[in-house]
Amino acid sequence: MTATEMYSLIKPDGGVKGKDPKLAPDELLHIYRTMLRVRAFDEVCMKLQRSGRIGFSIPNRGVEATQVGAAAALRKTDWIFPSYRDFGMALYHGVTPTEMMHTMYGNGADCAKGRQMPVHFTFKEPIKFFSISSPIGTHIVQAVGTAHAMRYRKEKNAVLASFGDGGTSSLGFHSGLNFAGVWKSPVVFLCQNNQWAISCPSSSQTASESYAIKAQAYGMPGVLVDGNDVLAVRQVVLDALERARKGGGPTLVEAYTFRMGGHSTSDDPTKYVPKKLLLEWEKKDPVARFERYLAKKKLWKAPLREKIYAECMDEVGDAVKIAEATPPPALETIFSDVYETVPRHIRRQGQAAFDLAARKGDAAAGGGAFPL
Amino acid sequence: MATLTLIQAVNDALKTAMRDDPDVLVFGEDVGPKGGVFLATDGLTKEFGEERCFDTPLSEDGIVGTAIGMAVNGLKPVAEIQFQDFIFPAFDQIVSEAAKLRYRSGGQYTCPMVIRTPYGGGIRGGLYHSQSGEAYFCHTPGLKVVIPSTPHDAKGLLLASIDDPDPVLFLEPKALYRSVKGEVPEGRYKVDLSTLRTAREGAGVTVFCYGAMVPVALRAAEQAAEKGIECLVVDLRTLLPLDEDGVIDAAKRTGRVVVVHEAPRFCGFGGEISAILAENCIEWMEAPIVRVAGFDTPFPNTLEHHYMPDDRRVLDAIERVWNY
Repeated sequence: MTATEMYSLIKPDGGVKGKDPKLAPDELLHIYRTMLRVRAFDEVCMKLQRSGRIGFSIPNRGVEATQVGAAAALRKTDWIFPSYRDFGMALYHGVTPTEMMHTMYGNGADCAKGRQMPVHFTFKEPIKFFSISSPIGTHIVQAVGTAHAMRYRKEKNAVLASFGDGGTSSLGFHSGLNFAGVWKSPVVFLCQNNQWAISCPSSSQTASESYAIKAQAYGMPGVLVDGNDVLAVRQVVLDALERARKGGGPTLVEAYTFRMGGHSTSDDPTKYVPKKLLLEWEKKDPVARFERYLAKKKLWKAPLREKIYAECMDEVGDAVKIAEATPPPALETIFSDVYETVPRHIRRQGQAAFDLAARKGDAAAGGGAFPL
Repeated sequence: MATLTLIQAVNDALKTAMRDDPDVLVFGEDVGPKGGVFLATDGLTKEFGEERCFDTPLSEDGIVGTAIGMAVNGLKPVAEIQFQDFIFPAFDQIVSEAAKLRYRSGGQYTCPMVIRTPYGGGIRGGLYHSQSGEAYFCHTPGLKVVIPSTPHDAKGLLLASIDDPDPVLFLEPKALYRSVKGEVPEGRYKVDLSTLRTAREGAGVTVFCYGAMVPVALRAAEQAAEKGIECLVVDLRTLLPLDEDGVIDAAKRTGRVVVVHEAPRFCGFGGEISAILAENCIEWMEAPIVRVAGFDTPFPNTLEHHYMPDDRRVLDAIERVWNY
């Protein structure tokens, strides 16, 4: 495993290069189902957005192997500092489509109480899936702090910090990797190089030979891995986590993949992604590649995809029904959770808003269209 | 009870907190064996070891960002930013992240932490070692902004800040680090956040101030008293969340108000005090509210004594509202 030669496990025909990790069939099928669940969730959210029922979503198509492969390497006692395109990490660890759909609607059952845009998930169970914020790269350095606390307490846990190729240009990337290198923090940095930061290609982010090679400057190993190979991503992240748990310090993993959809539902990738390139990557579809591996293990044959996908669509469809039937958050949620105790000035503002609502009715809701 | 300088009181508070709780970690630039450029952390590495008081890479973003990560995972970080002027690389971490984490996560994740940093002029530090940036941070819901002016309060407020469940920006008036002394109780005690302090009683003019401007306001009040004007000098101590009721009450007691701060006037904290009073008790006002502040210019070096409000300027304002 190196920073410039791409590591992969699953050959295009489904055979294995090198050592097969030999995961149990249940685990392999859980990985497979999670990838399809992400895809179903995506499809439904796109339709919901296009029909004006939710304001925004983030498509994950093409990068499912990176998300799910990395998640599969984690223990429940580890922490994830996710990016906004990491639906598969939450789903792999057992967050339900319904919990996620509540956030897509920003309703009263939303984990963020309707305060954030869709997609900005926060979960504490069944794994620490840290609150997502929109600024890019800020969480990378926070992940190092959380990892430092683990090391301080001599725990055997570790942190996965996930970000895109654009994120490597941020202040947080530099600070985060620099601090982690100096402190030997138990953290794995996962750069999901999906080749686009909204419309800006990787060439506009760096002149570096690879992202993984940047690790060298921070005194840690860098590993370039085929991001469309779910088992390779899992193996590389697993090895890095094990090293971290043993006090070996951080690793930068670059998963080389391709975002097959837009940056978000507000984005039109046909404006900037060459069609030929997209078609090329369609052929490297991570789900199809994993199916060929599963087929060689006699765990997959047609029409298993259609069957599981239909089940996932039903699940997500049920999640939509539940989320739509859940009322919006109470007006009170604007004013709570700013501080542990609501200070007097905020209490007064809240009371004034409640009184106005009582006298003049609720404020008119907006259209919900996000203009990006 | 020991007589300490303000910086010794800060040091005493840190030691007290660290003795009581192994989860309190102190870190920043040069805070380790050197003990900080102002010696706020003197002796901490020696007493508590390098695991608990340590130097970081030279990166404010990294210092505050890692502090957030430690705090969400159960530690109690007390991060030092060497000069408040250098805090801006961490502005994103403070404003976008620390201050909003509880809210945006629906209360699931919180980051109780303290960022200590010396602010203000008076040491010939020029543009970049003298600024008073409190207004930037007071505009940030979710953050607490605390500024002591006495050794007693420095220790009590810092201990309260370390125990607070929310992120606190603790601004230390560097001009007072060694120029004020006072009695400081031994061991643990706390001064409640969001409570103001009456620094001098008087029924003529109310002077609101904080940090390094408190001794200035007191000197001006002394001189005003010689002219027959008794001033009520109020040390705000916590700017966010502000003790609004206390402010309104103190203003009503005289009907004449002067607000003093070092930071530039425009959009400064004095504007907020004026607005609170205008909205809540304008009918009690006998005179226009007057602000005495830094000029709306960058902070100069050689002529800093002209830039910073002094007793001369504060007294002039007191006389103006008194004679109105």
